[in-house]
Amino acid sequence: MVRKRAVDALSKSYLAISLILLYLPILILIISSFNASPRNKAVWGGFSLEGYGRLFQNDMIMQALGTTLALAAGAAFVSTVLGTMACIGMLGMKKRARTWVMGVTNIPMLNADIVTGVALMLLFSRFVDLSFLTMLIAHITLIIPYVVLCVQPKVMHMNMSTYEAALDLGASPGYAFWKVVLPELMPGVVAGFMLSFTMSLDDFSVTYFTKAPGIHTMSTMINAEYRKGIQTELYALSTIVFLLVLLVLFLMNRKAWLRMKKINNRKGDS
Amino acid sequence: MKSLGKRLLAGPYLIWMLLFTIVPLLLLVYNAFTTADGSFTVANVAAILDPVNGKPFLRSIGMSVIVTVICLVLSFPLALILRKYSSSKNSFIVLVFILPMWMNFMLRTLAWRLILLNNGLLNHILTSVGLGEVHLMNTIWAVILGTVYDYLPFMVLPIYNALAKIDDDVIHAAQDLGAGQMTILRRIIIPLSVPGIVSGITMVMVPSVSEFVIASMLGGGKVYLIGNVIEQAFNSGYADIHAGSGLSLSLMVLILISMVIYRIFEGEEGESSLW
Repeated sequence: MVRKRAVDALSKSYLAISLILLYLPILILIISSFNASPRNKAVWGGFSLEGYGRLFQNDMIMQALGTTLALAAGAAFVSTVLGTMACIGMLGMKKRARTWVMGVTNIPMLNADIVTGVALMLLFSRFVDLSFLTMLIAHITLIIPYVVLCVQPKVMHMNMSTYEAALDLGASPGYAFWKVVLPELMPGVVAGFMLSFTMSLDDFSVTYFTKAPGIHTMSTMINAEYRKGIQTELYALSTIVFLLVLLVLFLMNRKAWLRMKKINNRKGDS
Repeated sequence: MKSLGKRLLAGPYLIWMLLFTIVPLLLLVYNAFTTADGSFTVANVAAILDPVNGKPFLRSIGMSVIVTVICLVLSFPLALILRKYSSSKNSFIVLVFILPMWMNFMLRTLAWRLILLNNGLLNHILTSVGLGEVHLMNTIWAVILGTVYDYLPFMVLPIYNALAKIDDDVIHAAQDLGAGQMTILRRIIIPLSVPGIVSGITMVMVPSVSEFVIASMLGGGKVYLIGNVIEQAFNSGYADIHAGSGLSLSLMVLILISMVIYRIFEGEEGESSLW
């Protein structure tokens, strides 16, 4: 028993230390965003919201933010549609062909991002000018495998007889797809969209090589500008991004929160 | 007829992958084996053997191995503990560990700059408690630290997913049959988590071997990795796309080799271990 309690204490402290180390840098970013002395970064110069004010007045950061979100939303949408179609299409294929398709799907996922970026740049620079469109194409190429990876297992485990039953009962194939097939695939499709959206938001290497001059995403903008005295603005941005992520996850997991609260209350009662 | 209609749905995807994955890679190979005037050469690929490129290449491999080992050593106990404290209904604690991953990794790297700079937070704390300063910034250790921080969730998650699939009954059965904690760990838990471990290793090693932006942010240009060499070959004053392609191809071959090893270990059941 004593040993079990020791193991328990040990694992709890390991968990706690990991969490502290994981969140400490983010906490430091947040604190720094309120620091009034940007020059001497590690010294507390008093509380100030100036960083936030300057952030919203900084056109470069705001434009980069807009580009990043537009790029991620567009790329995630196109890859979710194409990826889901592909997964359904693969149902009609023989096992051999399917293995080939999945093999090709793995290429951008397992290849180094820098190689994917360089290869796409070679293609684009040979035939067209780099633009927002080439960045979009590059992002779709990068993230589409993640959609396939999320949707494919759902398609494989789908019950085809409900679809056939819908057809037998007089539904058109399109209607049966919207009403029967898609709802069943939805968890995978949503997961694919979310994952690919995040992958696009976070990308640096592929964007770096395929981006048009004058267009920045958050990542390439930070890379180009982080030395040039806009640190406090970037810390403020980090704080906002972190709070947004927290909010989204909180909303997505409100049920889990409520359940935990209920359990805690019950513990408190007894 | 029905199955043909269905197969056509995969058409746009296949065309897309052909145009934007296969063709660019073929173009890369073509550029790697030609000179500026179009004649065949192996010099661009052989350039990896030149110490100027070979050293960063080896440094990248060494760094990614260290990063991967650190991630693995930190992640395995963490994944075990997470398995213990989360149920299938309540994966909240796991989510807490993924959360930082959702923040832009450049911003996270920026946080480490803030900590590690010579007049940064770490040195303020160290000097205020009477210990001397450390100069981690612009060394390979700063880059390793930042890379571990960025990619740790990619190791924790696949291992956790593999561990979460292990049926508690199997462990109970082993306990009933008289197996001790170490035996259970060695004979049940570790063997069953191999797909997750392999998946995690790939997901950490591949991006960290080709890393170049963390190296420039935390290494301050003093830590020169193969990613930096490739980036310079394409984006500097003396841009040479043929040399850059040759080096990229070498990097790709290295990853291809590790992919083959990955396939061997992964066996049949690898498809879902990513998330």
